[in-house]
Formats: sequence, structure tokens, C-alpha cells
Amino acid sequence: MAVVDPIERRTVISGAGQSEIGRRLYRDPLDLTLDACMAAIEDAGLTTDQIDGIATYPGPMDTPAGFSGAGLVEVQDALRLEVGWYTGGIELPGQLGSVIDACMAVAAGLATHVLCFRSVYEGSAQGKQGRSAVMPGGGGGGSFRAGGFMQWNLPFAAPSATTWIAMFAQRHFYEFGTTREQLAQIALNARKNAGVNPNAIYRDPMTIDDYFDARMISSPLCLFDCDVPCDGGTAVIVSHADTVADLRKPPINVEAVGTALYGRPSWDQFDDLTTMACRDAAAQMWTRTDIQPSDVQLAEMYDGFSFITMSWLEAMRFCGKGESGPFVEGGQRIARDGELALNTNGGQLSAGRLHGYGFLHEACVQLWGEAGDRQVPGDPEVGVAAAGGGPLAGCLLLTNRR
Amino acid sequence: MSDDVPFRILPRISDRNRHFWTGGAEGELRFLRCQDDGTYVHPPTPRCPKCHGKNLAVEAVSGRATVHTFSINVQQWMPGPEPPYVVAIVELPEQEGLRLTTNIVNCPPDDVRIGMPVEVVFERHDDGDETVYLPLFAPAP
Repeated sequence: MAVVDPIERRTVISGAGQSEIGRRLYRDPLDLTLDACMAAIEDAGLTTDQIDGIATYPGPMDTPAGFSGAGLVEVQDALRLEVGWYTGGIELPGQLGSVIDACMAVAAGLATHVLCFRSVYEGSAQGKQGRSAVMPGGGGGGSFRAGGFMQWNLPFAAPSATTWIAMFAQRHFYEFGTTREQLAQIALNARKNAGVNPNAIYRDPMTIDDYFDARMISSPLCLFDCDVPCDGGTAVIVSHADTVADLRKPPINVEAVGTALYGRPSWDQFDDLTTMACRDAAAQMWTRTDIQPSDVQLAEMYDGFSFITMSWLEAMRFCGKGESGPFVEGGQRIARDGELALNTNGGQLSAGRLHGYGFLHEACVQLWGEAGDRQVPGDPEVGVAAAGGGPLAGCLLLTNRR
Repeated sequence: MSDDVPFRILPRISDRNRHFWTGGAEGELRFLRCQDDGTYVHPPTPRCPKCHGKNLAVEAVSGRATVHTFSINVQQWMPGPEPPYVVAIVELPEQEGLRLTTNIVNCPPDDVRIGMPVEVVFERHDDGDETVYLPLFAPAP
């Protein structure tokens, strides 16, 4: 199945920006969000007057606390944006589904420069109480009753995606012989890369012994298989390719996107629990381009939990199904100077849970050659940015080729 | 509720899901089933997902299952069962892919294995006007 006219190729990423990022900043989350937005607009060489579209994930949410730093309306009004198109919501192909929507809107002519943003303040929201402060139902008691899809897991004391993803990992271990030693490489690689990222949360070196010494959270996932809640915002600008002459720097081309979900949209009824929605999104993406998986030099792929990255490695066909364990073994292949540089800023595991947008930001920074000490050698030209786990996934194939 | 029953966040009962959450009163694990093509429907919806017909009725299944995957949960997320406890996805023999997220009980966590045969046991919770029976699973004898 070849796609005749992948209209995302009419769009580019023209700018990217981030706010201050920290474990707990205790700053106004709208302030962080606007810092990221203004940084991205300036990076593109644009002004707020030129922004005529806005997109975000997940939109305004009070719970879980810290999950959404700002909704679309707050940002649109704060910057007095006059928009031809806008969207904000959570029922999307993952966090980057909002960016893909922006590409479609720009290609369709509804907007020319779309501001896309995602911000979090989960670090501050948890405060000293830790994770229980932000659990559904406020930690129990009272009149809270679980509805929607949460009714199928909350009564069984499984409120956390840690446990849900752990069960995918366990099934993968069972069917393919994947080991914790192999899984650890995702966390170790992230920490190594975070060590040369001045904005990363955790930068101290981590050894395999440190990994095995960490407490178990939900087997087979230990503490270091889980990303680190933080505060911060990320923004990117999606522009029409026809505007390239107006932009401050060479844009990143959107070569192809993937949004498919052929399996059931469910954490436990999905047909194959050794993979996830990423299987479908990535497969669709490869039908929209002549670029091959072997052409990709840079993979920035969701690591809310380490196993999700393993799943993306297989979904993207960087290795065969069930072969992500041997693929990452030893860590050399996925290192910054390896054949597939993976999560080069430290990912969410070590750089902080910026929730999806961080991967796109890092892919762009690397393709612009602006990554400083962590720059992937050899002037990479092709990268993927992928976000989402479980029944959510969206991905973009990006190039800087002229 | 007896003293050894842990705190649980309970489901919000509606006309659509009541059969599932209260079937334990008669010791039955119940699902909607299409009377035309035999499809079990989970989570419950007003139409059969296969033929899209509305000819659905509540039926009990055997209560048997196998452990499809599991996790030994160590982190205390909220008041509830004392960690470590086992969260599992079990698959029912009645239909391929018919699965429930649940807890494996009456079994040391380290003894749980994928493929292990289990059977339903109900944990009763009185909740206002409703009595809810959570379907947990224990090793099959």
C-alpha cells in the first residue's frame, strides 16, 4: 500500500523551544508554558502576529494534578493569538497526535504557522507526598467511584500505568526470553546521554549494579524503568513549507507521520500484549515514505517506561518482532555514536517527563546540529520522533535534507 | 465486609455494567453475549461489536481462566491490599482475547506464572444500595 500524496510533506518544523526544566520548580505552570511557546516562536524567527494556529495535548485538566500545565484557551488568550485553526484534547494518537493534527491543518490551508505545546508540573504537584498525592480518587476514601476504562483496573489496586506496562513487559519476557539486563540498557543509555545534557534532571552516572539495586515498583519494572516527574514546557512550530524563505533557519521536513490504531483501544483487550499501538502507527508511517528503517540515524522514542522504547524499536522495524532485547544488549548499538542513536537527551527516564513533546524537540535540535555536547556525530539527516504507550501512539519521520 | 477485606476503589454501577459487578451474589461471572452470533461483549456496550445487533443477553461463564500476564506490584499507590500483591490479566476460555484485569489471590506472589490455570473468587463490598462483587482469581484446584 503506497500513499500517493502524503500531505504532511507540505509542512515543516520551523522552531522549537523549552522552558526551564526542573524536578520541582514551584513556578506558575502557565508561565513555564508561555516561556516554551515564546522560545519556539523566536527560534522560528516568527512573531506572535504570524502564529495563526494552536494545538496542544491534553488540554486543561485538574486531575491528575500537574498533568496539564495549561490548556489551549489560556495560551491563546495570554498571547492574544488570532487563529484560523485550533485543537486541544486527549483522545489523540498519543501526545504528538496534536502536532500531527497541526501538520494536517497546515497542509489543508487552515493555518500557516501553528504553535504546538505540552507542559507539565507533575514534580511540584506531587511535592513531598510523592506519587500518592496525584493518584486517582485522591488516594482513597470518600465517595469516589471508578467509571469509564478506570473501572476495569482501579478496583484491583492497579491505578498506575507502571503496572499496566509491566504486564506487557512480562508477556514479552515470557514469549521472547527478554531479560531485565536487556531492559536495563534503555535506562543506562538514557542516563549516559543525560550526563551531557545540562537541562537533564538526573545526570549522575548509573551502572548496571545501580539498576539492579533499585527498588522494584511493579515487576519486572524497577524504579529506574520509570520516568521522572518534572516541571517544564515544550513547544514546536509547524509551518507551511512554502514559508521557508521567511524563517530564521533551515526547517526540519516532515517526511511522514503515523497515527493508526488497528487493535482495540484498551490496555487489556489489545490483541497482542507483547506490542502496543506503536505497532500500527509505525507501520502506517512506513507506508507514507520511501525512506527505510535502515536510513534512520536518530531515534527519539517514548520512554515513560523503559519497555515502551523496546516496543517502539520493534514497531519501527529497527529490529524484528521480539528482538528488541538482543538489539539493545550491551548498549553500543543505541549509544550516541552507535548505529541508531537513541533518546540522545536522556529521555524521560533521566531528562524528565516532559511527556512526548521532549522527543520531538530533541529530534529537531539534533537535526539542526544544535545539541552541543550531546550532538550525534556524522551530521544525522533522518530521525524519528515517537510518543505514546499502551493503546496510544503517534510518530513522525523527520529529515533535514534540502 | 469482613475485617480481612482490603479497601478498594469501587466501580460506579450503572445499568450497563451492573450484571458484571453484582453477578458474584449468585457466584456467577457474567458478561453480555450476543444471542445471534455468540460473541461475548467486554467491556459491555449496547451492540454486539461483531454483527452490531442489539440482541444481547447476560450469561454466566465458567469462571475459569488462565494467567495471560501479570506483575507483582510492590509500590503502595493508595490504600488497598498490602503489597506485594499480584495484578494480572487473565484470559477466559470462552473466547479468544476475552480478558480481565484482576488480582491473583490465595497464592504466594512468587508462585504466579503465565499460563497458570485460575478460577474466579468474589470479594464482596457493600456500597450504599449496591453490593459489589469484585472478580478476583485464585489457583484452580
